[in-house]
Amino acid sequence: MTLVKSMIQVNKVNKTFQLGDQPVHALNNIQLTIEAGEYLSIMGPSGSGKSTLLNMLGLLDVPDNGEYWLQDSDTSSLDTVPMDEEVRARYRRDHIGFVFQSYHLIPRLTAAENIELPLVLAGIPPNERKKRLAPIIKRLGLQERAGHLPNQLSGGQRQRVAIGRAIIMRPKLLLADEPTGNLDSHSGAEVVELLEELNTDGITLIVVTHDMDLGQRAKRRIRMVDGEIVLDQLRTKESA
Amino acid sequence: MRLQDQLLFNLRSLSRQRFRTLMQLIAMAVGVFSVVLLTGLGEGGRQFVMAEFSVLGNDILIVMPGRKETTGGMPPLTGGTRDITLQDAQALARLRNVDGIAPLVMGKAEVNYAGRNRESLIIGANSEFIKMRHLTIQQGQGLPDIAIDQARPACIIGPELKSELFAAKPALGQWLKMAGSRCRVVGILADSGTGLGFDMNNALIIPVASSMQLFDTQGLYRLMIDVHSLAGMHKLAEEVERVMQKRHDGELDITVITPASLLSAFDDILAVITLAISAIGGISLFVAGVLIMNMTLISVSQRTAEIGLLKALGASSKQVRILFVSEALILCFVGSLIGIVGAEFLLWLARQQFNDIVFIAPWWASILALLVALTCGLLFSWLPAKRAANLPPVEALR
Repeated sequence: MTLVKSMIQVNKVNKTFQLGDQPVHALNNIQLTIEAGEYLSIMGPSGSGKSTLLNMLGLLDVPDNGEYWLQDSDTSSLDTVPMDEEVRARYRRDHIGFVFQSYHLIPRLTAAENIELPLVLAGIPPNERKKRLAPIIKRLGLQERAGHLPNQLSGGQRQRVAIGRAIIMRPKLLLADEPTGNLDSHSGAEVVELLEELNTDGITLIVVTHDMDLGQRAKRRIRMVDGEIVLDQLRTKESA
Repeated sequence: MRLQDQLLFNLRSLSRQRFRTLMQLIAMAVGVFSVVLLTGLGEGGRQFVMAEFSVLGNDILIVMPGRKETTGGMPPLTGGTRDITLQDAQALARLRNVDGIAPLVMGKAEVNYAGRNRESLIIGANSEFIKMRHLTIQQGQGLPDIAIDQARPACIIGPELKSELFAAKPALGQWLKMAGSRCRVVGILADSGTGLGFDMNNALIIPVASSMQLFDTQGLYRLMIDVHSLAGMHKLAEEVERVMQKRHDGELDITVITPASLLSAFDDILAVITLAISAIGGISLFVAGVLIMNMTLISVSQRTAEIGLLKALGASSKQVRILFVSEALILCFVGSLIGIVGAEFLLWLARQQFNDIVFIAPWWASILALLVALTCGLLFSWLPAKRAANLPPVEALR
């Protein structure tokens, strides 16, 4: 427990990849604070380290050094860098939701079962699972499609299933990596609306994207180049 | 993760990859199948041989001419072994703890009745022999109760020989010709199957003295001694050797065996053979295990993205490992059950085919095969499962 009050506090974090014999500085001395409930977009060219940053924030990847403090309750934060992978797994399960560009749905499970999967992994009994599942399916507008397999769904529906799966554990942090990358503009817009609604409800939303329009919608925008944060601005009234 | 959910997850994944699942099931089933089947066949064979030998009671000593010596000394210069004669037999019959003796002479001769010829096993014996071998007379009577040195032209024939010579006609009281001698049929044996390799159904039994005349011999093939009390058996065997040594000018040129010792020697050999063929079946189980390992490895690399997703969703390494191991174990378990059922079915068929031989796999064979299968599955899926569990989530998702 510390005095860190922000939801996310990243201090001097570095991450280097070996690409051939060329070391690539994917995260270069990153300094970042994110408050609960923020809506943040990370943009930048390919290879700028934005996905690495998102993975690091989502505890999928570990920095080489530095500190990453993540709030685990209303009053306390923990440095996740020295954490054991098993502890990180539990953190991910309880506090973080992921949305991927390519959905990552399990093809043999129906839409409802895919959404339910985190609850199953967490060992929550079936009747409790049903209770939590019903409102989410309704909110996603998937009532008609709940029993369908992913390959029977459209791209937009698949991504909505993925969002349902990301929020069913009621995480505080929702990370989306190019959530509209595989979607046409119409279903992309629907997905973005849904994510923004969730943010309005209080979830902290971080979106990595190439899409300028999507990036500009966020209240706070971060631009990365060569592993460094080169721009971190709040959207002002004028630019809105 | 709750057990039911986990099993459901496994079954979903198995039924998704039907071909792979089927192949693994078949491999495992064949492995277990061969272990159980081979053990069953081996056990059946062993039981059959043991039953063959146990037609002689436990309480019987067998005296044979000759002796296997392993002392490495010079072979006796007196030349060959001496016969066991009827006089020897009479002397042994007088020993204490002897209920009766059955001197045996055996040979083959052509038996002739009304123009029909059959080459038949001729056994020279006495009425004691019928008792010791637990033979039953279905018609007529046994051998006449006469002193063993008395010849009598009477014989008993096996049921098969009877039907071959007489067909449906009555045989009792008829005269048979064999190698220049004659005998009258006084009894017909009941069907008794084979025993100790002699087909009693095709045999002709005459008084031992008559057979000695027929084959022109002084020596007995075997002398069976019915022992009164089992406790004194060992002592009696020594006594028999002592008496025979004395009668044969101090030379011990006979061998005394007990069916029990013979039986246990055979039992040991057959048990080893059963074990050996079961081990051959075990090799196929091992091969099935290796196949499971390969398939699990393939499965792990095919499902890298899924593993990454599960980990991103918060599955611990342990959970991922358990998912893959339990999938392999389910395959092994179901495959083993199929194998056991298949083997039992074939053994049942074999029992229907061969009435004499009871092909039953011992209960431990099935349990052992199942345990070996599960152990193989566990060991061989552990490595790939560990690999899956240790994949960093970000690598797996890429």
